[in-house]
Parts: sequence; C-alpha cells; structure tokens
Amino acid sequence: MPPRIGVVVFPGSNCEYDVVQAADWLGAEGELLWHGASSVGSVDAVVLPGGFAHGDYLRPGALARFSPIMDAVTSFAQQGGPVVGICNGFQVLTEAGLLPGALQKNNQLRFLCQPTLVRVTSTTSVLTGLANEGDELLIPINHFSGSYVCDDDTLHQLEDEGRVVLRYVDNPNGSVGDIAGIANEAGNVVGLMPHPERASHPLLGSEDGLVLLRSLLDVAGAAAAA
Amino acid sequence: MRFQARVEVQLRPGIADPEGATIERALPALGFEGVEHVRAGRSFSFEVSAPDEASARTKATELADRLLANPVIEQSRLELQALGS
Repeated sequence: MPPRIGVVVFPGSNCEYDVVQAADWLGAEGELLWHGASSVGSVDAVVLPGGFAHGDYLRPGALARFSPIMDAVTSFAQQGGPVVGICNGFQVLTEAGLLPGALQKNNQLRFLCQPTLVRVTSTTSVLTGLANEGDELLIPINHFSGSYVCDDDTLHQLEDEGRVVLRYVDNPNGSVGDIAGIANEAGNVVGLMPHPERASHPLLGSEDGLVLLRSLLDVAGAAAAA
Repeated sequence: MRFQARVEVQLRPGIADPEGATIERALPALGFEGVEHVRAGRSFSFEVSAPDEASARTKATELADRLLANPVIEQSRLELQALGS
C-alpha cells in the first residue's frame, strides 16, 4: 500500500494540487481533505499547503486555526502523526500553537517569490530524515509574511534541541537565526516557508525539494506498513 | 447591558515593525519633520452584551487575546463604554 498523504484544503489554499502531484510522482497517494471535515480519515501524514487560508484575513493562519479539521490535525500530531506545514501551512501551525513563535511581515515589506538556497541543519525531523546535515537545497519561497520571530528563550531552546531544520544561506526576510523551518519537540510536526513541492521535477528548475518530500513519505510509508 | 468595545492591536515593543518604519521613512519627503517612533497597528470595534462591565471586559479581553492579537508578537489594549439601552 502506498502511503496516503492528506492535504488540507482551506478556502484560499492554492498549493494543494502541487503537493498531491509531487506525492504522486514519488509513488504516494495524495488525498485532499476539506477544512470543514472533523477527521483526517486514515491518512499516514498531513500536509497544510501554501496559499491564503481564509484570505489571510486578520493575520495569516489566524482564522484557519479555528477550522474544524484543525482539532483532528492536532490530535493526529499529538499521537505522533507526521504533520508538515508549508508556507501558509507553517503560519497556521504557529497560530494553532503546534509550533512556537510567529511569522511576521518580511523585513523589507516585499512579497518574495524566488528560488532560495536553504541549508539542512537538523535531520531528526520527519521532513529531513533522509537529508544530510549541511546539504544546501535550492527551493522557491513565495511569501509576504515569512519572517520568523520568537523570544530569545524559544530561540535557544530550538537551537539547543536541534529543532531548527532549515536555515537560509542568505536571509531574504529578516527571520531570526536565518530560520526557514522548525520542528516541534518530537520532530513529527514541521513548518517551513520554502515550497519543496515547487522543486520536485526537472521542469520546475530544481529537484532539491524531493529529499524533503521523500523523507516525509518514508515516515508515512513506515506508518502505512505498520 | 451592552457595551461598545474598541480593541487596538500593536506589535509588542522590541518586535521590529517594518510597516511603521516604512511610514516613518516616507514622512520627511512629505514635509513632516520631527516625527519619530511610528508604530503601525489595527483597531477593531464591536458590541458586547454582558450582565455588567467586569464580565464584558473579561469577554472582550479574552476575544482580543485569543483571536484579534497574536500574543507571541502583539499586544492589545481595550476600551469599553456602556451603551445606553
């Protein structure tokens, strides 16, 4: 059985099909999950995709956090299920309290849409298990509010516990510690601003996102086989 | 009783405010000199029904902290005024 990846669709999400397509290329089965659902069904991993959930009204992720499916996503995560938030999905995870800190407007107030070099700085998360520490990956970013911010204690904790999984090589948005992606304590919940699904095929200009998606599918596959 | 609530949300002191900074940089070009420390924010208004002012305040404060502001980076200030019945 190929692993099943549930991709949550909020009103305003716009990267859900890209994630499903990338999962398909890697031999997994992508399944769209409506935000109004009260369960994630029998998926082996959950992805919160990029976009503008609920129009990003109030703040990115502020309203999506109250979508009915988020209770199910939270319990799935608490039971150790792999959950990855990409871009807007990362913003939703911080608003929902599944990851610490917050994502602020980019420091130059510019919407950034560009291939960006990120370095893998921890391999203990569900998104980086198959990567090597120090790997540099060229993956697009596409955001206005991607500047990661947290208090000093949280930053030290993230660094000491190896929970900063990706850092920008050349910080584009003012994120503290050049942070591009972080994990929760258990490593099963990861949020990142770059879009690995947009670097998943030679036609897209980079395949560097594949190692991240493969890592996720690897964990999901193990869950599917269990 | 009904109360008119106004909630002002701003980034916490110490959190960089690129919007405020950009506004501040634009001011001299418009001829406004001597204006400093611009901070951007948002304001919300709504009406609350509650038995008394204390409970209206509790409700509005909780609403502000749980939804209108993200306490990780923002702080909120509440003004409450009783509405005539």
